[in-house]
Amino acid sequence: MIFLKAFVVGGMFCVIAQLLMDLTSYRITPAHVLVGFVTAGAVLSGLGLYQPLVNWAGAGATVPLTGFGHLLAQGAINGVQQKGILGAFSGGLAAAAAGLSAAVVFGYLAALAFKPKG
Amino acid sequence: MVEVKDSQPMEIRKREYQKLVQQVIPRPTVGRNVFWAFVVGGLISLLGQGLMNFFAGFGLPLTEAGAAASAVLVFLSAFLTGLGVYDEIAKFAGAGAIVPITGFANSMVAPAMEYRAEGLVLGVGARLFTVAGPVLVFGIVTAWAIGILYYLFRLGG
Repeated sequence: MIFLKAFVVGGMFCVIAQLLMDLTSYRITPAHVLVGFVTAGAVLSGLGLYQPLVNWAGAGATVPLTGFGHLLAQGAINGVQQKGILGAFSGGLAAAAAGLSAAVVFGYLAALAFKPKG
Repeated sequence: MVEVKDSQPMEIRKREYQKLVQQVIPRPTVGRNVFWAFVVGGLISLLGQGLMNFFAGFGLPLTEAGAAASAVLVFLSAFLTGLGVYDEIAKFAGAGAIVPITGFANSMVAPAMEYRAEGLVLGVGARLFTVAGPVLVFGIVTAWAIGILYYLFRLGG
């Protein structure tokens, strides 16, 4: 059941982005989509609305980039709970560190190892 | 078909021409784009769920299992981007290949590969963050602001 929920919710996030790209007159690039989704995820998380979706849909809510925003926001909140105001600066990146480091390391290695086509 | 007569004033002929163009160009394929975005985005999330369950099976707590799953997805995406496969998927999947964390990894590797000739520092090093840079700026500032608001008002627990 969790697999079906993950599929549907993950798919729906992408549908929202596709509709934004296809049906609005603004020129929305993938960069705008990713920035918008990370910001929206952080805001929804701060309002307490995103964690219930994670509980319900699992990876359907954590794999889309809104989940990255959620991770950053919850990290900042946990940071404040543990260290006070300094935690607002340290908590977000600490929570996202594994995914971020993986992206930098694997991204760098892939860019070195492969040659672009065409 | 709309008839375009030579005797009509220029403005009207332009309008008629636009009508003709509208008839001839293919209809926007929003429906098909949305369908593939849903399917591919859903499948990537499904794969993420499978990985999460796999890592949770080793006794990892859920957030750790999620982080491990993200790392694997990022690795797969970087690898497939290097092979040129991810961009082929993105051609028909659109947002389905952009929104998942694999799309974030793709947005790092693709320009870094492209600009490798500009050197390791200003080519690969800098271009890795062409899109990831803005994402991190907006993500970090928003999360920081939420942390400050939480500090001030104890909101959003």
